Amino acid sequence: MNRSYAKDIATGLASLLTGMKVTMTTMLTKGHTVEWPREAAQVPLMFRGHIQLVANKDNGFAKCIACGACARACPSNCIEVKGAKPEGAKKKSPTFFMLDFTTCSLCGLCVESCPVVAITFSRDYALAGFELQPFAGMDLLKDVASPFVEERNDI
Amino acid sequence: MIMEITIVRTLLSILGITLVVGLNAVFVVWLERKVAGHMQYRLGPTEVGPAGLLQTVADGLKLVSKQIIFPRSADTPIFILAPIICLVPVFVALLPVPFSENIQAHELDVGLLLVIALGLLNTLGILLAGWGCDNKYALLGASRAVAQILAYKIPLLLCILPIILLSGTFSLREIVVAQDHSLWFALYQPVAFLIYLVAITMETNRSPFDFAEAESELVAGFHTEYSGMMFSLFFLAEYTYMFVAAAIASVLFLGGWLGPFFPGPVWMLLKIYFFLFLMMWFRWTFPRVRVDQMLSFGWKILLPISLLNFLLTAGVMAAL
Amino acid sequence: MFDSQTAATYNLETVGDQENDFILNLGPQHPGTHGVLRVVLHMDGEYILSADPVLGYGHRMQEKIAETLTYTQVLPYMARMDYLSALSYNQAWVCLVEKMCGYEVPRRAEYIRVLTTELNRISSHFLWFGAFLLDLGAFTPFLHAFEDREKILDLLETLTGSRLTYCFFRFGGVGADVDSVFLKGAQDFVDHMRSHLASYHDLVTGNVIFQERTRDVGVILPFDTWGYGLTGPVLRGSGEKYDVRLREPYSIYPELDFEIPVEQTGDCLARYLVRLQEIEESLNIIEQTIAGMPEGPIRSKVPKIIKPPEGEATMSVETPRGELMIYAVSDGSKIPYRVKYRVPSFANLSIFSKMAKGQLLADALAVLGSLDLVIPEVDR
Repeated sequence: MNRSYAKDIATGLASLLTGMKVTMTTMLTKGHTVEWPREAAQVPLMFRGHIQLVANKDNGFAKCIACGACARACPSNCIEVKGAKPEGAKKKSPTFFMLDFTTCSLCGLCVESCPVVAITFSRDYALAGFELQPFAGMDLLKDVASPFVEERNDI
Repeated sequence: MIMEITIVRTLLSILGITLVVGLNAVFVVWLERKVAGHMQYRLGPTEVGPAGLLQTVADGLKLVSKQIIFPRSADTPIFILAPIICLVPVFVALLPVPFSENIQAHELDVGLLLVIALGLLNTLGILLAGWGCDNKYALLGASRAVAQILAYKIPLLLCILPIILLSGTFSLREIVVAQDHSLWFALYQPVAFLIYLVAITMETNRSPFDFAEAESELVAGFHTEYSGMMFSLFFLAEYTYMFVAAAIASVLFLGGWLGPFFPGPVWMLLKIYFFLFLMMWFRWTFPRVRVDQMLSFGWKILLPISLLNFLLTAGVMAAL
Repeated sequence: MFDSQTAATYNLETVGDQENDFILNLGPQHPGTHGVLRVVLHMDGEYILSADPVLGYGHRMQEKIAETLTYTQVLPYMARMDYLSALSYNQAWVCLVEKMCGYEVPRRAEYIRVLTTELNRISSHFLWFGAFLLDLGAFTPFLHAFEDREKILDLLETLTGSRLTYCFFRFGGVGADVDSVFLKGAQDFVDHMRSHLASYHDLVTGNVIFQERTRDVGVILPFDTWGYGLTGPVLRGSGEKYDVRLREPYSIYPELDFEIPVEQTGDCLARYLVRLQEIEESLNIIEQTIAGMPEGPIRSKVPKIIKPPEGEATMSVETPRGELMIYAVSDGSKIPYRVKYRVPSFANLSIFSKMAKGQLLADALAVLGSLDLVIPEVDR
């Protein structure tokens, strides 16, 4: 019998056994599966959910001044803002703030462009549904984030 | 009177075999998915039933309720016949398998030959499936399955022959009984045992020799066009076939139902599932072999070694 | 063990009978093409007579879109071309605009850029590793690689907020600063990977089946590499030591100490080995950037509305797949006049029809996997 023939078979077999050892060790170690939705997922501070308006600390209304910078910055035109100046107020405030989440790509340019830091990312990660409507027209004025959302670095 | 006993016995056998086939499929599919999951840092099924045990039942119900799509250009009779031809022989092949000294559907003098012959019919089913549905991927898968028959069948038979020599019988029950007084045949015939293991992996179309249904190459191979119940018949046939192959392996090499402490059927099932686990372990570790590599592996390595092993055994036995 | 060379090469001249040939559509929905790539295969049995890739199923007019948006708005689109190495694309675009406008980048920002891009490179190679092995019929390596890739994604998520399509770099800096937790996480990952890569080699590299499936399969000769414009690991697997990080250095790469892995044989195995060695080199780079991370600002002062002066510029970066070059023409307005992407996957795909000729179907898919194509990048 050819020597290399026997040697090939032996090394081949050995390599197969090494591979099988790896899978067996894996089988005996515990995985890192998070059994969502039975367990809550850990969401980092910087997580980018859909955008949210930040409330003013004093009165709880949205901080937004309806300048429209976010709508202009958006590459996919998914933000629509209308604002009006209430009587006696110094600044404009938003009367209409609609997000079309179906075209949003979560790039964060709106958050970055906001001159008064009135937009933030929500940390809502369960963004799935059976219907288009709740995402196609998200009325952000209805759900204003608390002013005490944890401070983020930047973005 | 004897007539009636025969009828009752036949009915019981049919019931028993159907139960074995059904429960085995439910359990093995679950086991496969669990093993695969844990080998890949996953969990496998967890939702339906305790530890996901009933997942296969749920999947089966889903498959049964789905529409069966007949391709317009399919050869309909062949298309329908193929999964049945795949499944029926493995039912019959369970007949001579002994689960203990008395639990056996039908004792046959040539039980082993019957199982080997029926094993070939599986390939016929695959060929018909590949031909009947008029799909190029399916046809390629079927032609691969046919091309590999001889490459594994001959080494397989050459591994069984030494066992026949040692035990002097073709009856599966007698082979087990022959191991009662001596060691298990795996210890006398380690080479034959190893080659047999490889050959049944090829025979049951399991990875790393699963090119008849090679997913990344042929989409789903011979059952590309099958859906719903007909697809699940192929699935059932595959897992039952694995069960039969593992049962024969444990009868030939590991002494069938023999073993201390536990009753016979428990040992038999333990050994069968040991083999099935090995096959799963192979599948979830190795990449797929290429067709021509498998053929040259069969002809250039398995065949010479098993032939040598057979001749050696025969020579030693003649000398003793 | 087997004569894979003779088995895998089909003598095209013996194909006389046209009757037995057939056309096989591989894709656009096929598990082996990883996306909406379609290859029209002219086959004789298992052998491929000719292979014609059909592109465009994922075409989104990226270059035209870029002509309608401001320079800032183009940035998120970068991540959508090669979604596996979004940060390399980020880097190419911000570097290009910085080059056109002459913006300064603080050193800390450069370090963060290199650190995150190299992490991204490793995660891209992990995904390729899994997908390649999936093409060869092994399922488990895919999820083993994903387990480690997950660690990178978690790490980058804490910094950038997203897991795949990052939009993190900014003109003149980066979007967020790294903290000690992130740096420690990155260092832990490096230490973990150094020891854990051995299990990859045990599971895959040494495996005899894997070796037989990849050795001498899909050989690219050095002669062909330049003609087809191949770059990246595909080129380096054929013995050419070309890497943009080495030849046209950008960012802080000249200051870092790393090797460019090269293999000589040009087969699937060589490309595989190059990528695995690149993972190790990226680990080295990451370690160096963590150790040398300077203090300071992460963004320089950049005007809100970016209007590069009239003119044109190109920028090349090394993505995990090869050389990405972006060419932009500015007419002085806030919208680019013309943008052109030279993407590595597209050039690397071009050699496929030459390599597939005369191969077995199984080998052709191994070759396709070893090219590491990202179809949205090919189609743009």
